[in-house]
Amino acid sequence: MTTVWKVVVAVARFLYGYVVGDDLLLAVVMVLGIVATGFLVATKVNAWWLVPLLAVAMTGLDLWRRRRA
Amino acid sequence: MTGAGVVLLTTFLASAVEAIEMVTIVVGVGATRGYRYTLLGAAAGLAVLAVVIAVGGIALAAIPLGPLRLAVGTLLLLFGLQWYRKGVVRVARRGFAGYRGEDQTEGPPTAAGIDWTAAFLAFKGVSLEGLEIAIIVVSFGASAGELGPAIVGGAAALVVIGALGFALKGPVERIPRSFLQLVVGTMLTSFGTFWALEGLAIDWPQSDADIVLLLIFYGMSAAAFIVLERRVRKQTLQAAQS
Repeated sequence: MTTVWKVVVAVARFLYGYVVGDDLLLAVVMVLGIVATGFLVATKVNAWWLVPLLAVAMTGLDLWRRRRA
Repeated sequence: MTGAGVVLLTTFLASAVEAIEMVTIVVGVGATRGYRYTLLGAAAGLAVLAVVIAVGGIALAAIPLGPLRLAVGTLLLLFGLQWYRKGVVRVARRGFAGYRGEDQTEGPPTAAGIDWTAAFLAFKGVSLEGLEIAIIVVSFGASAGELGPAIVGGAAALVVIGALGFALKGPVERIPRSFLQLVVGTMLTSFGTFWALEGLAIDWPQSDADIVLLLIFYGMSAAAFIVLERRVRKQTLQAAQS
């Protein structure tokens, strides 16, 4: 493995761990929530409440899934 | 008060708001993951900022902050939520006992490797907030024709708030780590939510004061999750014993 490739892999791993961590579902839903907020804002709906509610709901879901596991 | 005095005071106060956010992130991350790489990240952020200011000059006022806020806010939100959830679990499980020895991969790195997470978080906080201070200084100073007092006001805010943050470093370090992780996770999640949605041109009902309301909302939600986690854990233990 070349040094450049090792650096690329290390950076990719860091970014994945930083952004996604150990819960891919939470990261995907939050990004979708931000995208949905963008669409709502474009249609003149001031949906500032969507992302905070999603964040708390997804945290609750994650905690519940971990308890069951 | 003269025109220069008004510009100086206005840029000082406006810059102080941004500097508080910057210093809060640096002190919070430093206390949680260690100051070495946090301060290196902060220094790198300041260096990039200095280059941007030197190159951009007055043209800084034309930088579109929306996309930048959206990108940085989204990253902070996603990372903050990880610490938020882990903080809830640890405080629910061990109270304020901290997490030393429990899961070393989540704490500050013990090996000699670079703590990219601490450096990256500090870099983003310092570069984004620093850029906002620079834009405040340039836009206030240039529009009032008092760029000198505006620069003094912005720089003074950075020095005063930075010194306050440095003074608070000791007391912050004495906070149990599990609780500190929850607090920093709550702060990063709140700032991340605020910036990401500001980047989408959301009209916050109370403007910047909504950062405080987000902190209260996420903080109270964390408290509710901790109570719930403890209750479920207690019931599970009682069921296992009987």
